Amino acid sequence: MSLLCADTPNLMATLADGGIELLWHPSLSEASGADVIALLQACEAGLQRLDVLCVEGALLRGPKGTGRFHMLAGTGRPMIDWVQSLAARAHHTVAVGTCAAFGGVTAAAFNPTDACGLQYDGDTTGGLLGADYRSGSGLPVINIAGCPTHPDWVIETLLALAMNEVSVQSLDAIGRPRFYADHLVHHGCARNEFYEFKASAEKPSDLGCLMEHMGCKGTQAHADCNTRPWNGQGSCTNGGYPCISCTEPGFEEPGHPFAQTPKVGGIPIGLPTDMPKAWFVALAALSKSATPKRVRENATADHTVVTPAIRRTGRK
Amino acid sequence: MSRQILGPFNRVEGDLEVTLEQADGRVSAAWVNSPLYRGFEQILQGKVPMDALTLVPRICGICSVSQSAASAAALADLAGVTPPPNGARASNLMLSAENLADHFTHFYLFFMPDFARDAYAGTPGFDAVRARFKAVEGSAAAEALPARARFLQLMGTLAGKWPHTLSLQPGGSARAIQPAERVRLLSLLREFRGWLERHLFGDALEAVSALESSDALWAWFDARGPARGDLARFLELSKTLGLDSLGRAPERYLSFGNYPIDGRRCFAPGIWDSAVGAVHPLDTRDIVEDISHAWLAGSTNKHHPLVGETHPDADKTDAYSWCKAPRWRDKVVQCGALARQVVDGHPLARSLVAQGGGTVMSRVVGRLLEIARVVPMMEAWVRDLAPGEPFCAETELPDQGVGVGLVEAARGALGHWLVVRNGRIQNYQIIAPTTWNFSPRDAAGTPGALEQALVGTAVGDGADMPLAVQHVVRSFDPCMVCTVH
Repeated sequence: MSLLCADTPNLMATLADGGIELLWHPSLSEASGADVIALLQACEAGLQRLDVLCVEGALLRGPKGTGRFHMLAGTGRPMIDWVQSLAARAHHTVAVGTCAAFGGVTAAAFNPTDACGLQYDGDTTGGLLGADYRSGSGLPVINIAGCPTHPDWVIETLLALAMNEVSVQSLDAIGRPRFYADHLVHHGCARNEFYEFKASAEKPSDLGCLMEHMGCKGTQAHADCNTRPWNGQGSCTNGGYPCISCTEPGFEEPGHPFAQTPKVGGIPIGLPTDMPKAWFVALAALSKSATPKRVRENATADHTVVTPAIRRTGRK
Repeated sequence: MSRQILGPFNRVEGDLEVTLEQADGRVSAAWVNSPLYRGFEQILQGKVPMDALTLVPRICGICSVSQSAASAAALADLAGVTPPPNGARASNLMLSAENLADHFTHFYLFFMPDFARDAYAGTPGFDAVRARFKAVEGSAAAEALPARARFLQLMGTLAGKWPHTLSLQPGGSARAIQPAERVRLLSLLREFRGWLERHLFGDALEAVSALESSDALWAWFDARGPARGDLARFLELSKTLGLDSLGRAPERYLSFGNYPIDGRRCFAPGIWDSAVGAVHPLDTRDIVEDISHAWLAGSTNKHHPLVGETHPDADKTDAYSWCKAPRWRDKVVQCGALARQVVDGHPLARSLVAQGGGTVMSRVVGRLLEIARVVPMMEAWVRDLAPGEPFCAETELPDQGVGVGLVEAARGALGHWLVVRNGRIQNYQIIAPTTWNFSPRDAAGTPGALEQALVGTAVGDGADMPLAVQHVVRSFDPCMVCTVH
């Protein structure tokens, strides 16, 4: 559904113009029932070419390995059985969303449905298809992780596949397209000045940085959410709530309440990626002591209460 | 007498299988199976209550915000907190944006493409219908998708993104709207209004919501003809194909009421019983969930949701679905936009139901009528926003207690029942709209709303997926992933 928010004048034309023929999509295509089953059987038998198999949703192996928690309607066959069979024929296999990639929220708590991803079970390789699985192209499963995924991540991956421009080098260590996964959510966050001075939000709707108290993982999460806006001008941090690291395996069980930062001795446990702890602590203490009044007061308000001073720019 | 298993159903959200028994060319009995189990009620147990706000929207990619709204309402009930006026309006704007986007998506992408199928070739006006509504290729999909995406830019500003926002809080919204953003929201609403008035209605929204009866609707149609807009094109098809007598479900309509503001709900709650011709007041003590035909084990066959149980048992005999069977005073009800409009007392909705009941046509008209009624409400909520005033009240949750959150999702009544012990979720039970509409039989053997609505539907000999059956199924706009949360 997130895909349908794509910022393009005509989503169908964008795909078609990129050389992508949509064989079947459960929300968009006309075919139901026997027509769909015939199509899937043709793919399975190798009679219909299957260039890209896109799977959305976790793969449910339960109960007791039977897959009966998710049967494909009208076929009497578990979905995991269909996916295994189709993946064996697919030139490329793509996991759309964190559930299909790693198991995601469906695998939270004690994982009641024995859910996993296509090629990962959390951060362990394996999943439904196994660590050694390679699609016809020789690539592992391409993990467009995110809960939800940004529509552009899906479209641009599919268009790149159609241009034959996806290689092992264009995927990161856990199979995510690097064009969005080599960024951090922190990049371009509109709260950056508050971050610089450790001027923190204390409650929902505060403008300050969400890292110190509100559980934000934007400095660790791999995604370009703040440089590639959502639904026009949005992002999680723009929406007033923390990044929960939804592109990462295991985000569903952070080990602390989602909107609360775990701390030891008043210091957040989750430091920014690649940042040595001692330096972070030292810099945080220094920047906190240097916080301008404007930044400090705005951090705990829901609108700008102190405006930036206007300084003379011209030299005349 | 023969049996037929239908599935998968495209253009419904999630997984659905329907078994039909036929006699003399008509459906004599139906069994509706939700073949997917999700486990969210089990996942939520033991979590801190506020984590529900992150987890429940992920039940669904299309009803995400309504799950958030129900959860926020349950937590607010637990905490005894009331959002400030800005918070109530911002929350209503988020929920209504999703609800209208879903109605719009249903009409253009899920429901209408069936009339453009080759099986209808040769019927009057087919070529125009095909050009307009053909799945993936039609002009309507090409125009509606960008209009929908623009409309959902409301959510970029109000809620960070759609789906899966965490802006919705028990105390209101975590996202305070600034003056310039208020202007932008109004501008986006004007743009959507323009699209609807040009393409969907061919008339002012106010002219559509002023239609007072079924006769007035047909007079409106006669004065314009099917070229006027997509609602008129649908009415033309309704007349040709008899959609006004197809898929009649039990004549009881449930609505939790929607869009709370200043101490009241903009759409009234209650249960309209056509046989009585009156609205029963809503009392959640009248609601139970029956698990006699679901693959679920339990200490008894039916529970009130506050003491509900969710224990999957795939080997249970006599069960045929993962869906529970909610009942109101042990009776089957239907919910959705039509039910909301009937319970609220809109004269067109009441009149359609009085004449033909809850049918394929009245359910679709109910949805479009609601679009026409809600856009002006949204415009008023945006105008009423007062930047600088608070958007979110502080919330302190007690360590023990109970919270009930009742909202109306696009597809109907959505309830969350939350029990907290020692600061943790002890029980979290959800009844989703399609759980009501697509429930299996109960212990008394009474079929659910869709199961009843399908009986009597004409099924052509040898058709794999009889189109009339598909129209009836899709007229409910089912969301199966919410159903089996």
